[in-house]
Amino acid sequence: MPRSILYPELRRLLDAGAQLVEVLPREEYAEERLPGAINIPLKRLDAETTADLDKRKAVVVYCWDAL
Amino acid sequence: MSPRAACRLEALGFKQVYDYLPGKVDWLARGLPREGEKAGQRRAVDVARDDAATCGPKERMGEVRPRVEASPYGFGLVVSERGTLLGRLRKVALDDDPSSRAEDVMEPGPSTIRADTPLDKLHDRLDRRGLKTAVVTTPEGVLLGVVRRDDLNETQG
Repeated sequence: MPRSILYPELRRLLDAGAQLVEVLPREEYAEERLPGAINIPLKRLDAETTADLDKRKAVVVYCWDAL
Repeated sequence: MSPRAACRLEALGFKQVYDYLPGKVDWLARGLPREGEKAGQRRAVDVARDDAATCGPKERMGEVRPRVEASPYGFGLVVSERGTLLGRLRKVALDDDPSSRAEDVMEPGPSTIRADTPLDKLHDRLDRRGLKTAVVTTPEGVLLGVVRRDDLNETQG
């Protein structure tokens, strides 16, 4: 089960080399994103679009907010 | 949206999946670095100064007053050990009994703004309310700095 995290744990994970994925549409990603994040919009999230992610490493996903 | 994405990744075989639920809003409100087309637009945190006089809640006015008088502002800010903004010391509080503690004479819960407030909106807000300064904090209330309206006047041309 994926675990929800807050900023302090995000910071720890990023410092440890976690992969960061923004799942918002491409336009929103292009406007403003967290440094180092890649973009895989939720509607395009599949085996092909995630092929470049390392399954052995932590992955953190985020969107705009909790709503 | 991100909880569904996290579940989808797990279904695709990823074992360590985390959902930063507060999302981009939370990151930006902390004034942290960002990338993208809008990354060059300056925000409140980019013009905030760290020159306000601060003190702990247990400090006495006799110790705090000289620091405030030496600062560019007519007020002091009371912060916790972790930097959380607890209150503001107005002029009348500074003139209180020198043995008074900051926590007893401060104005608790002063208004603050988010670190990512756009400068034009901040300028309008200060103008509407006739304010000369705005205090910037993180979502947890940690003090980031003070924005001066004069600085905004310069950035607004």
